[in-house]
Amino acid sequence: MINRPREELYAYWRDFSNLPTFMENVKAVVDLGAGRTEWTIAGPGGADVQLTSEITEDIPGEKIAWTSSDGSDVDHEGWIEFKDNAFGRGTETRIFISYDPPAGAVGKVVAKVLQREPRVQARRELRRFKQLMETGEISTSKAPDAAPRGDRHF
Amino acid sequence: MRALTWHGKHNVQVDTVPDPQIVNPRDAIIKITATAICGSDLHLYDSMIPGMSNGDILGHEFMGVVEEVGPANTTLKRGDRVVVPFVIACGKCFFCDHKMPAACDNSNPAEKADASEIAYGYSMPGAFGYSHLTGGYAGGQAEYARVPYSDYGPIKIPDGIEDERVLFLSDIFPTGWMAAENCQIQPGDTVAIWGCGPVGLFAIKSAILQGAGRVIAIDHHPRRLELAKQNGAEVLNYHEVKVREALMEMTAGIGPDSCIDAVGMEAHGFSPDNIVDAIKQETKILGTDRPHVLRETIMAVRKGGTVSVPGVYGGFADKWPIGAFMEKGLTLKTGQTHVQNYLPDLLQLILDGKIDTTDLISHRLPLEQAADGYKNFKENQNEWTKVVLLPH
Repeated sequence: MINRPREELYAYWRDFSNLPTFMENVKAVVDLGAGRTEWTIAGPGGADVQLTSEITEDIPGEKIAWTSSDGSDVDHEGWIEFKDNAFGRGTETRIFISYDPPAGAVGKVVAKVLQREPRVQARRELRRFKQLMETGEISTSKAPDAAPRGDRHF
Repeated sequence: MRALTWHGKHNVQVDTVPDPQIVNPRDAIIKITATAICGSDLHLYDSMIPGMSNGDILGHEFMGVVEEVGPANTTLKRGDRVVVPFVIACGKCFFCDHKMPAACDNSNPAEKADASEIAYGYSMPGAFGYSHLTGGYAGGQAEYARVPYSDYGPIKIPDGIEDERVLFLSDIFPTGWMAAENCQIQPGDTVAIWGCGPVGLFAIKSAILQGAGRVIAIDHHPRRLELAKQNGAEVLNYHEVKVREALMEMTAGIGPDSCIDAVGMEAHGFSPDNIVDAIKQETKILGTDRPHVLRETIMAVRKGGTVSVPGVYGGFADKWPIGAFMEKGLTLKTGQTHVQNYLPDLLQLILDGKIDTTDLISHRLPLEQAADGYKNFKENQNEWTKVVLLPH
């Protein structure tokens, strides 16, 4: 549940160049026009992977779905859906994100990074999106802002 | 800067660490002028609360002077004196909107929030200087602290009023106040309060201000019982009397209208149930809290009464007297303090001279002696009733 109007949430997401602000692995998104975008994703050991994404469904204020085009380093698809809460508690927001590596060495390494805990990853992306939309910033307690933290982190 | 850091059970020390910085637009950096050691810091000192890391900066009860503000903060400016609530809350989510900042959806960073969601079924709010379950934010027992969402939590303090008079707005005063408020005190009610530590003492002061006819305070440290008495409570020493029998006697067999458990998970005492709980807690085999006081409040409160729990619990309670709880038709109210809600009214009570917030302070130490402060606050609770640290 996100405590902002659904049109506002839709508009922010629909500009895919905003995704790197709250998606941990997505470094950059470039708009290629006609619903197509090029994503740079941080891979292991500093190696980036590229994918081209095209919008497959676009219902203003309600839903955006996208999928990667042929020739991308990873197969990727996702959708996000916005619905007014019936009791006025904001916008019910649901997300689906999937990364499916092709065969090959690069793909397997990417899979290890991206698919380690896909449910956890998706939950965190959505939580960061909610934080950004509701508060204007993404909560953090990481160094160096908060002085050195302990060695062990969750 | 210098800061008190956690290094394991009964091991804290003052280290030199990098200064905090502004990272988010609503942040502020506070130069800390006074900070206190809280009873709930002792749960970290005793390693009773999980999720601490070596080197974490402790302290969640602090105040100071604004040193620097982020670009989106329009309410604070450099030089303002502020008290900072221990709960970090965004002020924008459903729960903050509904006056429940201690249930804030956003203040726990996404990568930390999972842990408490698994442990408690929801993600806890952020808090300063506490477990990584509550976000792993650096605390205020330091020269400086970064305060996130600083346009929502901190309250400005007028010039000319000493730090000591307002410092406890950060935690123990609103915590004691909410503990009393949760009792829904009617004029003339009898309120029994277990624990005459700092929160218990503020609960006594608050219950009287909220209209209680009678407050009965329970502890075993003579000095703390004396403080309770000075604040208008009748007192019971549980080493000298059987608490429930004494309360029944004092209330003509009815029982107190409400009971406050200001003790929490590390209850003292040698009753059989508490000894079993202590063994389980120490051995970590069954890992339950020590809810001896909680059981006692349920047994002692009158039929239809209210039990209020500001005491900190971390895990699981067993031997819960559910039969008595249900058959007596009781209400149980608890929760981390919604500090932000109370600050303007409680500051006004202080400014109007209606409450003395300083009588419980026993020691004032420079930050450098913080480790000594922890040790004594833990081991000499009779004499060390409240410790204030002065970093500058």
